[in-house]
Amino acid sequence: MDDLATENDRLIRYREDEAVDHAAVTVDSFLDQSSASAVRVEPGDDARELIPHLGRLALVEVNFPAFGDGRGYSSARLLREAGYEGELRAVGDVLVDQVAYMRRCGFDAFDPDAPLDADDLEAAFSRWPEVYQAAADSRTPIWTKRHA
Amino acid sequence: MYLYDQYDQQMVDARVEEFRDQARRRLDGKLTEDQFKPLRLMNGLYLQLHAYMLRVAIPYGTLNSRQMHALADIADKYDRGYGHFTTRQNIQYNWIKLEEAAELLADLAKVEMHAIQTSGNCIRNISSDHFAGAAADELVDPRPYAELLRQWSSFHPEFSYLPRKFKIAVIASDTDRAAMRLHDIGIQIVEQDGELGAAFYVGGGMGRTPMIAPCIKAFVPLDRLVTYSEAILRVYNRYGRRDNKYKARIKILVHEMGKDDFTQAVDDEFARMLDEGIEPPFAELERIRTFFEDPLFETDASEDIDRSDPDFALWVDRNTVAHKASGYVSAVISLKPVGGIPGDATSEQMRLMADLAKDYSFDELRVMHTQNIVLPHVRKADLHALWTALDEAGLGSPNLDTIEDIIACPGLDYCSLANARSIPVAQKISERFAANGKTEALGKLKLKISGCINACGHHHAGHIGILGVDKKGVENYQLLLGGSEAEDVSLAKITGPGFDEAGIVNAVETAADVYLREREKGERFLDTYRRIGMAPFKEALYG
Repeated sequence: MDDLATENDRLIRYREDEAVDHAAVTVDSFLDQSSASAVRVEPGDDARELIPHLGRLALVEVNFPAFGDGRGYSSARLLREAGYEGELRAVGDVLVDQVAYMRRCGFDAFDPDAPLDADDLEAAFSRWPEVYQAAADSRTPIWTKRHA
Repeated sequence: MYLYDQYDQQMVDARVEEFRDQARRRLDGKLTEDQFKPLRLMNGLYLQLHAYMLRVAIPYGTLNSRQMHALADIADKYDRGYGHFTTRQNIQYNWIKLEEAAELLADLAKVEMHAIQTSGNCIRNISSDHFAGAAADELVDPRPYAELLRQWSSFHPEFSYLPRKFKIAVIASDTDRAAMRLHDIGIQIVEQDGELGAAFYVGGGMGRTPMIAPCIKAFVPLDRLVTYSEAILRVYNRYGRRDNKYKARIKILVHEMGKDDFTQAVDDEFARMLDEGIEPPFAELERIRTFFEDPLFETDASEDIDRSDPDFALWVDRNTVAHKASGYVSAVISLKPVGGIPGDATSEQMRLMADLAKDYSFDELRVMHTQNIVLPHVRKADLHALWTALDEAGLGSPNLDTIEDIIACPGLDYCSLANARSIPVAQKISERFAANGKTEALGKLKLKISGCINACGHHHAGHIGILGVDKKGVENYQLLLGGSEAEDVSLAKITGPGFDEAGIVNAVETAADVYLREREKGERFLDTYRRIGMAPFKEALYG
């Protein structure tokens, strides 16, 4: 995949722009200071607090401390719904069997704790020929295609 | 009934390939058991006491004879020649090998079936009224709405790692045959000013903290059904508790936030979502409805039934239900033979039921949440031939909704969560009442048995409920009275100290005797209990 920019062994990006070169701050510090352009959303954070400030954000990291905690999927999607167009990066316990759903929720970068096997990754993204429902990606749901 | 188009088939086939790959990576050691567990659960595969159990989805409990034949073939090929119909209107197999699971799923996909989202912390298979499309009292057939929600919830990218499992039921009559208000979301299709819409009940459930769902929205227009559901799920996914799995169901969130604040949060989310293009085109609902149009009922079907055979007449009285078309009934095949395992059927019985559905019920069967099978559209003129065939195969028990029609979870005979066995208690109770002849006098009496506090046997909703617990290493059974899962929904209350296995069978008979002594004309057990209260029962049990 040649659109894949890497800054470390594990980072996978599906974006053309340059990656932000400074560390993400917590949501609380971000809301307190204006200089940061990268923020990290933890599962318990309310990502909606970022919405008034989306213009100055270039990177939102959504942390998955454990892959079974699915709050980050909603955080990602509601940021995209609010018009955020910067990088949305899933970090932490991000596994190959979750990345396809994460993509649909608006993530366009992954920084997993453990590296993902390239073949498995490609298989994961090419797995689903269609989608049943609308999400944060541009895929057309089956029910729309049926009545096109 | 609903038939797949190429899209549905592609999705199910893709899921089989995904699981085949996941199982291979697990067997190769590339996935840990912790990583594999949620993946296999979302394909219906549980690790039980002795082997893997696989739960197959039967969307809204409806299947055709070809599918029932496939279920029989799977029982023979991958299991020990039988299957177990469950309270989720599904079927599960108890002796599955991990190495063969992907092949089993591929066999299911050939007949438009799957095991997708039959377990795991995701939106589960959607249940409905088992008499949908046949019941004399329904507003419309509720299954098109269940099918629309099936599509919406399948492989949902945002809601596949919820705090806990999530169950939805859809009904469309005031008589509730689907335990609607004991679901995470219960939907009743209603009519308001000549327009159809959905009443949403949210936060019901059984388990260790049983709750009855409150109505949070009396009328959601049909062209907002999916968006409103999505708003509920997002509020739950974001705010449902994840610190304690026993407090993680949406009922706890609704309870802790309060119904009004929860409803407000959903309404706010719903308002934001309205422009997100979440709702399907209305034409999709219309497309789905065409699959659920009435079969070609004969307009001159006879109302007469020859009742000269008393055994047949008893079965007709007990096991057939009024149909919207004259000359037809819905016929219930009891999977509760006296002394049998509730909900179990052999592959031969499945094949017979499939063939009878083809001959007598427009090729359609239903699985009831009470673990029986319905042939929804049977001509009255065919009932005797149907009953004769069933009776010869041990499927003619005339005990629908009687004390012998027991719901029981698999219990400690199979389940790794159970504290006590359920099946032997069910067997002994049905044997007791068949022998003492009180079944007929007791009339409608719903008895439900769970082998642990998780309440898969719906004991909270039994007119009589039994809960198996572990008391210092010994199986002990608590007795509960006064529950109902129907439109008169209520939660059963514990009578007092528990009993051993023999004691609980006696206790059920004692409670039944109190009813027979105290009842007034026309009262069911539940009605008498509600009128006289717990005291006379306690007196008889412990006095």
